[in-house]
Amino acid sequence: MQLAPTIFFWIMAILSIGSALMVVVSKNPVRSALFLVVTFLAVAVFYVTLSAQFLAAVQIMVYAGAIMVLFLFVIMLLNLSAPEALKERGTIQRPIALGLGGLFITALIFSQALLQMPTRPAPAEQVVNLGTVQSIGLSLYNPNLPWLFPFEITSILLLIAVVGAIVLAKRKLD
Amino acid sequence: MVPTHYYLVLAGILFTIGVIGVLVKRNPIVIFMCVELMLNAANLTFVALGRHFGQTNGQMYVIFALAVAAAEVSVGLGIIVMMFRRRETIDIDEVHLLKN
Repeated sequence: MQLAPTIFFWIMAILSIGSALMVVVSKNPVRSALFLVVTFLAVAVFYVTLSAQFLAAVQIMVYAGAIMVLFLFVIMLLNLSAPEALKERGTIQRPIALGLGGLFITALIFSQALLQMPTRPAPAEQVVNLGTVQSIGLSLYNPNLPWLFPFEITSILLLIAVVGAIVLAKRKLD
Repeated sequence: MVPTHYYLVLAGILFTIGVIGVLVKRNPIVIFMCVELMLNAANLTFVALGRHFGQTNGQMYVIFALAVAAAEVSVGLGIIVMMFRRRETIDIDEVHLLKN
């Protein structure tokens, strides 16, 4: 295991976990959204280190671009009309949730399911071009692989989402 | 290369933070953000395992998860805006239309 990639991994891991924690801890939803952008960018960096270059670009465009703009727009819409509507109150379920979450991650790590891989990792020269646009396209549009039909179905899903969002956003629902 | 299980444990921690956020928060927008966090953690495991086995399958799944996440966010935020217009509140505990 080389030293430099490991140090880089730890820096990015601390950054992503810290910003993910700040998403949950922040009282202000705008601040949560901005920390969520940091987490998404850190995940995009992890995609690059895992030789998924195309997905890293898509992650930044779709998540850090489109989805976060949607979130910020909705926060802006609701905040303008009612500044008190988004305040968090203290709840009794907080310690229970923290306890259950701690139990969950402990069970996940100590169950050894994550720690033991059945095979050695693929060598670096085999995976260096794994995530390029060419490699992704050759897999996605190959009729002998099972991805082409789901890809077509996805277009219908997006169409339904567009129609649903327009119907929901209409002033009168009759 | 950094060992694969580092990525898996990191994704597990991110997923757990998302779960805790969903349980703790009462603002549906922040709950949505935590759901996105969980989706991202799952995507990270897909990519890490795809890299481990040297296959593109993991990245294919992530592409579809991304499309589903985009659709889910647009419809979900539409529902939240609709809910706010009708009820003048978005506190998740005060919305219990299906309770009775």
